[in-house]
Amino acid sequence: MNIVTSTADGAALDAGVAELTTPSTTLAPAATAATIFSLGLPARPALLSKPAWGALVVLILLVGIGVPLASLVIPESSAFHLSAYAVTLGGKLMCYAIAALALDLVWGYCGVLSLGHGLFFALGGYAMGMYLMREIGHQGKYGSDLPDFMVFLDWHKLPWYWQGTQHFAYAMLLVLLVPAVIAWVFGYFTFRSRVKGVYLSIMTQALTYAATLLFFRNETGFGGNNGFTDFKQILGFPITHPGTRMVLFLITFAVLVLAFIGARAIVTSKLGRVVTAIRDGESRLMFLGYSPLAYKLFIWTLSAVLCGIAGALYVPQVGIINPSEMSPGNSIEMAIWVAVGGRGTLIGPIIGAFAVNGAKSIFTDYFPEYWLFCLGAIFVLVPLLLPRGIIGLVMKRHGSRS
Amino acid sequence: MKFWRMLILLAFASSWAIGAQALTPDDLKPLGADDFDAKAQLIAKLVTTGDAASLTVLKALADDAVSITGNNEILIQDGDNYRDAITGRAVTATDAQPITLSNVLRNQVNSGLSAVQLSSPDLATRQAAVETLLQNPEESLKPLVDQARSRETDAALKKRLDTLWAMTALHNHDPAQRLQAVLLLNARHNLEVGELLRPLLLKNSSGAYAEPDPAVRHAAQAGLDELASIQRRGEIAGTIFAGLSLGSVLLLAALGLAITYGLIGVINMAHGEFLMIGAYATYVVQNFFQQHWPAAFDWYPLAAIPVAFIAAALVGIALERLILKHLYGRPLETLLTTFGVSLLLIQATRMIFGAQNVQVSNPSWMSGGLTVLPNLILPYNRLTILAFSVTVIALSWTVLNRTRLGLFVRAVTQNRQMAACVGIKTGRVDSYAFAFGAGIAGLGGCALAQIGNVGPDLGQGYIIDSFMVVVLGGVGQLAGTIIGAFGLGIASKAIEPFSGAVLAKIAVLVFIVLFIQKRPQGMFALKGRSAES
Repeated sequence: MNIVTSTADGAALDAGVAELTTPSTTLAPAATAATIFSLGLPARPALLSKPAWGALVVLILLVGIGVPLASLVIPESSAFHLSAYAVTLGGKLMCYAIAALALDLVWGYCGVLSLGHGLFFALGGYAMGMYLMREIGHQGKYGSDLPDFMVFLDWHKLPWYWQGTQHFAYAMLLVLLVPAVIAWVFGYFTFRSRVKGVYLSIMTQALTYAATLLFFRNETGFGGNNGFTDFKQILGFPITHPGTRMVLFLITFAVLVLAFIGARAIVTSKLGRVVTAIRDGESRLMFLGYSPLAYKLFIWTLSAVLCGIAGALYVPQVGIINPSEMSPGNSIEMAIWVAVGGRGTLIGPIIGAFAVNGAKSIFTDYFPEYWLFCLGAIFVLVPLLLPRGIIGLVMKRHGSRS
Repeated sequence: MKFWRMLILLAFASSWAIGAQALTPDDLKPLGADDFDAKAQLIAKLVTTGDAASLTVLKALADDAVSITGNNEILIQDGDNYRDAITGRAVTATDAQPITLSNVLRNQVNSGLSAVQLSSPDLATRQAAVETLLQNPEESLKPLVDQARSRETDAALKKRLDTLWAMTALHNHDPAQRLQAVLLLNARHNLEVGELLRPLLLKNSSGAYAEPDPAVRHAAQAGLDELASIQRRGEIAGTIFAGLSLGSVLLLAALGLAITYGLIGVINMAHGEFLMIGAYATYVVQNFFQQHWPAAFDWYPLAAIPVAFIAAALVGIALERLILKHLYGRPLETLLTTFGVSLLLIQATRMIFGAQNVQVSNPSWMSGGLTVLPNLILPYNRLTILAFSVTVIALSWTVLNRTRLGLFVRAVTQNRQMAACVGIKTGRVDSYAFAFGAGIAGLGGCALAQIGNVGPDLGQGYIIDSFMVVVLGGVGQLAGTIIGAFGLGIASKAIEPFSGAVLAKIAVLVFIVLFIQKRPQGMFALKGRSAES
């Protein structure tokens, strides 16, 4: 139910956004209309158009009030009741949407296709997972101070990188810093040597592949194959309680909305314009005197951090994090969410994440053996038939009507 | 000498026939008793006597064919019949109980039997006896070994006997004999000898060396040092070979990737699945031979090679014509599309052949290995693949540098527009080159099937490493791919012993990221205007 409302509202929202996210090719006519002495740049677009703001407020009210009401107040017998499963699924899909938004910032606006964003997602998740594991305390199977898997491996004290993770604030700092530092270091070395295009994609894939192998090892200290699971509470609240779930859901929703507005602010800013210019013609931009390195690094690191936040929100709701979350396959799947929705728009990846993962939920429930065929077909057909994604389709129809 | 032995043996045999023996029934009595020492002494006596009757008893003891009756007669079981152990006369026994020896005594019997057999006139029997004794040398048998050593005429066997003698003489009271023993052992260059030499250099609880004579200790130390250097050489050579072997597979996997990347500028994520198709084609050919032509089974790889090439090339050309052609100029989307194709191919394979690994067996001429050093055996299947991959490289070089298609491929790689202007049908060149690259990957799959598991995920394990080869080696250059593949293979295997396979992968990745700081285009960048996009 939740999925349906937000997709419909997303489409409505898009109608407002569509006029603003005009492709770069239309910049030229706008310049001729400007005054002789101006630089010929089009006016900076508003953050959101009036109808878009309206749609956003309606959506916030609908989800912010409607979902808690439908899940916690309306009795289970009613047709409007939202089950705990639906709330968790909704929260999970929104985490994916945040990650897709993050990926779109680098791919759609900066032309850097990362096949390694699963790594940042999982790193955020692992940082949150470390806190949740410490929060279990003595309630684990072995009743030890150490997480169960460490007792199982016969470790007697916490490794240094686990120190301090019992503090929520420190764990949240890790959620932000770990993806940021890794993204920055990797980005610095690759962008500096002007690795781009397919090469860069391959490098990011190798990065996440190496990390997956590392996290699969028991000796790495992150639970190996099984990862973290069996969480009991978060900040003292029982993690499976419907109230806690609802708060997590609402926080995720808030983060998604804020991330959307924040991303919108960035891509409409001057910085955003330079980033888009890097996508469209990096060499030209360099001839104009810009050094793309800092811009690329900024947008790349920001995207990694946003992805880490999505992962951190994902773990308490899903209740497990393991290395398969950062596997190359999972990371590539993120790219297809963006492609399905429509890259280079901000609402597109959100729609794409909901559409693909919604389809995945339906398929794995009803025809599990055909999901990989379906996913493969999406990968093959979307770039062939829908090069601008669902948004492109909607925009074309919108354009032909007006 | 030999003649005399035979004569003596003959004499013994005849004496046995008329019933005059050195053994008496009383001698054998301890076999039925519980006294361990008495049994050990009896066996030692049987060995030193060494006549035909003793030999018969020893053989029977080794075969568990000795029984004892209620009134302590020792009998030898022969099928369902019993014979008296000494007279050899047939006996009917109803209450015979088999005598079983403890393991210690059994070893003594086996060694003793071999020692007696050292004097056998038959060379093969003597050889077998020496090998048995080398496994389990006993000092008590030294006199027999001494005799055999002074008698032996076969040069190769004499050497083995020297070693055997050295093993039994290692604790002799005479230092000169000990020194000679150590020198003989040193000359053997066998790693197991280290186990015999090492105890000599240990100190016992009172601080004295186990071996009192410094000259012998010195010789033993020299021998151990040499063994260590042999072992080190073996390990280094083994690492290099493992690296070359990994590199040869990576090379077959990456070659097609490098060609198509250089030509069309897309990285084909489904390239690993061409390996998988090649491997499954090999599997199908193998099954066909098994069912319809088992006589020629050993040569099925020869038939599998063209089948694997054609199967992968056909899928490749279909992929290029149906999908990739429509995406030229959009490399990043092509990446996603080919990933989708790889998902589809894997899932389709799962449905056709099942998710389990399938069994591809080596033909008999590929099993086994070549022993180069005591601790280094090169498996024939890996050697074959190495040779195969060198052949494929040579063929690819010929195709790229000596044929018209190769000329076109190189032209389009360097400058597509210019090539089109001079009349090259670039679209067709793309298709052929893509099929060629896919076919080489199919050959790689055919090779992989001989050394590893064949399953639907086969390609996934190699694809990222192949990408790294292309990144390292640069595109459109055969030499870059070759050096990249073997370099990556050897580097991975060289780091592995120190840090494990996972950290080796990470180290290689870090190295590549740092390497492209210096040479963003790989080791062998194309020169000229085409270089900058």
